[in-house]
Amino acid sequence: MLLSRKWLREFTDTEKVNDKDFAEAMTLSGSKVETVERPGDEISNVVVGRIVEMVRHENSDHMWVCQVDIGQNEPIQIVTGAQNQKVGDLVPVALHRSTLPGGKKIEKGKLRGVMSDGMLCSYQELGFTDNDWPHSVVDGLFILNTDPDLMALDPKPGDDIKPLLGLDDTVIDFEITPNRPDCLSVIGLAREAAVTFGSSLALHTPVVKGSGGAVSELVSIDIADPALCPRYTARMVKNVKIAPSPLWLRQRLRASGVRPISNIVDITNYVMLEYGQPMHAFDFGCVEGKHIIVRTAKEGETITTLDGNPRALTTKMLCICDENRPVCVAGVMGGANSEIVGDTAMVLFESANFNGPSVRRTATALGMRTDSSGRFEKGLDVMNTINAVNRACELVELLGCGEVVDGVIDVFPEKPEPARLPLEPEKINALLGTDVDAEEMRRILRELDFDIDGNDTVTVPSFRGDVRRMNDLAEEVARFYGYNNIPVTLMRGQTTRGGYSAAQKLENRLGELARDCGYDEIITYSFISPTAYDKIGWPEDEPRRNSFRILNPLGEDTSIMRTTTLPSMLEILARNWSFRNKDVKLYELGRVYYMGGDRGLAIEKKILTLGGFGAGMDFYAIKGAVEEVLRDIRAEDVEFTACQDDPSYHPGRCAKVLIGGSPAGVVGQIHPLIAKNYGFDCDVYTAELDFDALSEAKGADPVYVPLPRYPSVSRDLAIIADCSVTVASIEKCIRRAGGKLLRNVSLFDIYEGPGIPEGKRSTAYSLVLRSDEGTLTDDHADSAVKSILAALEKDLGASIR
Amino acid sequence: MREQLAKIREEAIAKLSQVSSSAELEELRVKYLGKKGEITAILKQMGGLPAEERPKMGQLANEVRAVIEDKLTSARRELDEKALELRLRAEALDVTVPGKAPKMGHRHPMYIALDEMKEIFIGMGFTVLDGPEVELAELNFDRLNADEGHPSRDWSDTFYFDEQSRVMLRSQTSPMQVRAMDSMELPIRIIAPGRVYRKDEVDATHSPMFHQVEGMVIDKGVTMADLKGTLNTAVQQLYGEGTKTRFRPHHFPFTEPSCEMDVQCHKCGGVGCPTCKGEGWIELLGAGMIHPHVLEMAGIDPNVWSGWAFGFGLERLAMRRFRIDDLRLIFENDVRFLEQF
Repeated sequence: MLLSRKWLREFTDTEKVNDKDFAEAMTLSGSKVETVERPGDEISNVVVGRIVEMVRHENSDHMWVCQVDIGQNEPIQIVTGAQNQKVGDLVPVALHRSTLPGGKKIEKGKLRGVMSDGMLCSYQELGFTDNDWPHSVVDGLFILNTDPDLMALDPKPGDDIKPLLGLDDTVIDFEITPNRPDCLSVIGLAREAAVTFGSSLALHTPVVKGSGGAVSELVSIDIADPALCPRYTARMVKNVKIAPSPLWLRQRLRASGVRPISNIVDITNYVMLEYGQPMHAFDFGCVEGKHIIVRTAKEGETITTLDGNPRALTTKMLCICDENRPVCVAGVMGGANSEIVGDTAMVLFESANFNGPSVRRTATALGMRTDSSGRFEKGLDVMNTINAVNRACELVELLGCGEVVDGVIDVFPEKPEPARLPLEPEKINALLGTDVDAEEMRRILRELDFDIDGNDTVTVPSFRGDVRRMNDLAEEVARFYGYNNIPVTLMRGQTTRGGYSAAQKLENRLGELARDCGYDEIITYSFISPTAYDKIGWPEDEPRRNSFRILNPLGEDTSIMRTTTLPSMLEILARNWSFRNKDVKLYELGRVYYMGGDRGLAIEKKILTLGGFGAGMDFYAIKGAVEEVLRDIRAEDVEFTACQDDPSYHPGRCAKVLIGGSPAGVVGQIHPLIAKNYGFDCDVYTAELDFDALSEAKGADPVYVPLPRYPSVSRDLAIIADCSVTVASIEKCIRRAGGKLLRNVSLFDIYEGPGIPEGKRSTAYSLVLRSDEGTLTDDHADSAVKSILAALEKDLGASIR
Repeated sequence: MREQLAKIREEAIAKLSQVSSSAELEELRVKYLGKKGEITAILKQMGGLPAEERPKMGQLANEVRAVIEDKLTSARRELDEKALELRLRAEALDVTVPGKAPKMGHRHPMYIALDEMKEIFIGMGFTVLDGPEVELAELNFDRLNADEGHPSRDWSDTFYFDEQSRVMLRSQTSPMQVRAMDSMELPIRIIAPGRVYRKDEVDATHSPMFHQVEGMVIDKGVTMADLKGTLNTAVQQLYGEGTKTRFRPHHFPFTEPSCEMDVQCHKCGGVGCPTCKGEGWIELLGAGMIHPHVLEMAGIDPNVWSGWAFGFGLERLAMRRFRIDDLRLIFENDVRFLEQF
């Protein structure tokens, strides 16, 4: 909401407050100031001049050399290329060292050899647009004396141009919260300003003289759907003379960001800005049957709105109609079929109240939010329509642009009772933590136009639909007592035990572990493109393609909720690859979203995803990180089994992670074709671990195990077996056969090649044997090794090398 | 014999003072003190001496042995010291050669900021809550006073999964207030960080997915002054003692009175600059006293219990904390960005 401080002055005097203090105080009392602009700030040293002589430029066939009286002893000489001036005209003169909008600087200089002491200006050069100066020509100099309103101000050569053209105003842009549509008006903001600065508020009741006749004989009005239109108020103006509005009115509209059009239309906009009540003016000559019906559109009805666009209406859209057709989309925009035009003779002013959500839905459906719909959708004061329509008629009489027919049509089926509630000072103070005097509360509320009787019953003004309960009154009190005067205290009361849950602690730990292993944390979008599943090689019938689909996504790329974090990880890795970042290792603890949750919601699961490429990254490196994580959380019975059927992974370099026999994730090298899909030219490795599985596998806190009392015996063992016999199966066999003396088995070498038969390989283990009963003898150790070798031979066909 | 011993003594001392290696030293030890050494040889001759001479000569021989032993010990020590010195000199490194650091990963800056926030509130007795992102409109809107027809429910603002606009991506973490009220025992102190979604195109300050942190307290006798006190404490811990804040009236459907909290601009100290758009203050978060109707809808009597809630955008907090000037960096995940933190 743009507010002209000059306009504000009409209702309350805050002139002694400078712009900065004004903005800050209004912000702190609840009307947040976004910007403060002084439109004339960029203009300096521009004055009124009178052309006293003009001759052709000797070196140009179109330029003029003008002598211009600027109120000094001698006229100054200015060269211009404009053609619309004549001797005696008053024009804006940008003097030597003047500034114009857009940072333009004017200095004296020679134009084709002739000295020019400045520049004569068009209105565009002063920052105006075409509708601002309807009496002036579009191309050429701004001839001030063609505008009767300017002449009425009696401009003299040498006068500063800014006050004359209304450029000495300050325009303040307020961010008005949706609960305060009453503040989308000059009067509403004036009320706030008056209480903020302790200035008095001078409201004005419109007075309409009238010209006889009776509006009820000229038009009848019916509301077919009172739920969508609680009130419809109208007045009629005859013998209308359409013309430009006077300067003061145009300037106020302009300061408020509204384009002046013509007197009747400008009056509707002016009243909307002043009272916050949107108005509409119909060319009554176009209203067929002299009958206004407020109803929803019929199937198949259309209307061409004032912006020239044909609109298809639906049966949910409220319209203002005549006997035969819609003439206006209620609260949104008028129809071209009843538009005010140059020869409009009879005008019907509409000042109505429409249901907010209905206006909003209609405006949204038609794709046109207007100043009017933006106000209606927040829910306007149903009591405001009369003052607004009368103000419009008062302005008609003031401007002399028509004769107001006597009488008001006011269809108001159900007059609401004003809201009443008790003022409870103790409760308000208890809520705020303050000690505000009850009398001070009454003062604040009364200044805000709340009525308080002797029993402290508060009657809420009709324009404050947001105030219904004690908390609302507390906010009113707090706003003007000052939020920053409320004390600062620390909470009392029962203490609560805060902290992290076990799951949150595990999340934190997993992050630490990933970072300890050298992985950087990333954050990726939860929504992905449906083509991401193709990109990671999932077949058409993969059940995990069944995803939550956003019906109104920003784009296809962010339209489904991922059921796998793999595409997100690969995308980020690929981005880093394309940035030529080397040796990248990343992790994310992010969610996936499966169908089938409670009440139609998702089953949201967390996945720890690791990924990387570059130096030091290979299958065993990423597997090592996974092992480190599992070891740290003391997961037991962990197994890695070859996985050849995950389409995203290299069939020979991928393992399923099993904990206690249940799947907990996957680790491996990304399939070369999938890597290619993402633009990689190198091997890429990822691991996906299910958080719930990790959470379940997390072992209990460690319990101290006494350190060994007896020394251990080491034995190294090199075994030859078929290549197809996995290291895991050999190790399992060794552990089983080694019995309880065997304390540790670790692989230290794998060899294939000369000396080993084709199709076989040698694996070498270091065994640690120990007894808790006494020092182990070589005999005992040897017999344990012997039974291990026997088992290897029997179960796996392996032999000692 | 006496002369012999004196000669041995003299010769040994001279040789030992010139010894230059352990091998040489060992050779001398054997030569003088070994089983077949010179002192032993002398002692073997003792049998031929008269009985009264023997003790004297024995004593003398032992004295010579002790002297040589002493000399041997000190020569060995000197040799050891010399050897150590040589070794240390040989082992000297260029300590300016870079170390072999293990490569550690980095926490994402946004979560660094979140961790700080969590620690502060946990210290004040708050529990950290986690909740669903695919959420019911009922919890995201209805239960928070944003009825049917509230603009934020529009399809142009919020992502939906069904035509009835019943299931959606939560547009705020505030439904966690409702979930906490429905599931927890009173009194409640929670914070609930998480992802939220709004239909905003990506630019330097917008993203369709971002993070919020919700906070809520419900107890008997909780006041707006407590809200100010708690938030001030948190901000001071986050931005340092003496950080100036101010509270402005604002509007949220689910709090009344509502406010926004600003912190004084770090760049200009409140004078006004481009960072704070000339205001001297930067908006930090929205808060307020929980609306009595929201409490009532959760079956909590507003005449007995009161509470306050706040919510803020984590990205903005992290961006301010680390002076990051473009939101897109947060989700781009370029390691050259990530590894700065």
